[in-house]
Amino acid sequence: MRRWIVLAAFLVVAGCLLLGAARMRPFGAPRLALMDRYFNAFSQGEAATNNVVTAIVFDYRGYDTLGEATVLFTAVVGVALILRRIRR
Amino acid sequence: MSVVVRTIARILVPVALLFGGYVILHGHLTPGGGFQGGAVAASAVALLLVAFGTSAVKGLKSPLSVLEDLGGVAFVVLGFLGIGYTFFFNVLAGSGGLFGAPVAPGPNPGYLNTGGTLPPMNWAVGFKVIGGLGAVVVLFALFGGGDDR
Repeated sequence: MRRWIVLAAFLVVAGCLLLGAARMRPFGAPRLALMDRYFNAFSQGEAATNNVVTAIVFDYRGYDTLGEATVLFTAVVGVALILRRIRR
Repeated sequence: MSVVVRTIARILVPVALLFGGYVILHGHLTPGGGFQGGAVAASAVALLLVAFGTSAVKGLKSPLSVLEDLGGVAFVVLGFLGIGYTFFFNVLAGSGGLFGAPVAPGPNPGYLNTGGTLPPMNWAVGFKVIGGLGAVVVLFALFGGGDDR
C-alpha cells in the first residue's frame, strides 16, 4: 500500500516538473528583458555613470543598498555584543 | 609570526590599502565599488593582526568604529540629498559641478568626474565596510582567546 502511494506521489511530482520543463522559454532567453534594456539605454544619461551595475546598486536600487549597509551594521553590532568583556 | 611574514606584511599592507582605495574611487567606472574595495582595504587589518599580533591592532578599535558610523551617516545624508524628488535621487548627475560631468552615450573609456552622488556614496559605503569588517577582526582578536604570535 505504502509503495503505491510513494509511486503515485513520484509520478505526480515528475509530471509537474516535466510539464514545467516543456513550457520553459528557450535556453538562454531572459525572462523579462524590459528592465535590462531600460538600464542599458538610460543609465548613462540618468545616473551619469558608465558602470551600469553601480548605477543600479547605488541609484535605482539605492534603498536596497541602505538595507545592505544596515545588515552589515547589525552584524558588527552582533559581534560586538557577543564578544564584549563583562564587568563584574 | 616569523620575520619573513612580518616583512612581507609591512610591504603588503600599504598595497592592500591603496588597491582598496582604487577600487572604491573607480567604483562608478570599473567593476567593484564600495563593498568590494572596503573588503580589500579591511584585509589589511587582518594582515596586520596575523603578522604582528593583537597588540598591533588594539588601538584600531575606536577609529574603525567611528569610521563605520561616519560612513553610515554619510550614506543616509547622501540619500536625503535627493529628497526633493525621491529618496536616493541622483541630484548631482549631470549638474556640471562636483562629479557632475555628463557622460557621452555609448561605449567610452569613462571619466572620473562623473556619476553624481555615486562616487561619494561609494566612499561612504567603503568607509562603512572598512570600519565594519576591520572592527569585527579587531573584536575577534581582542576577545577571541589567547594571543599567539
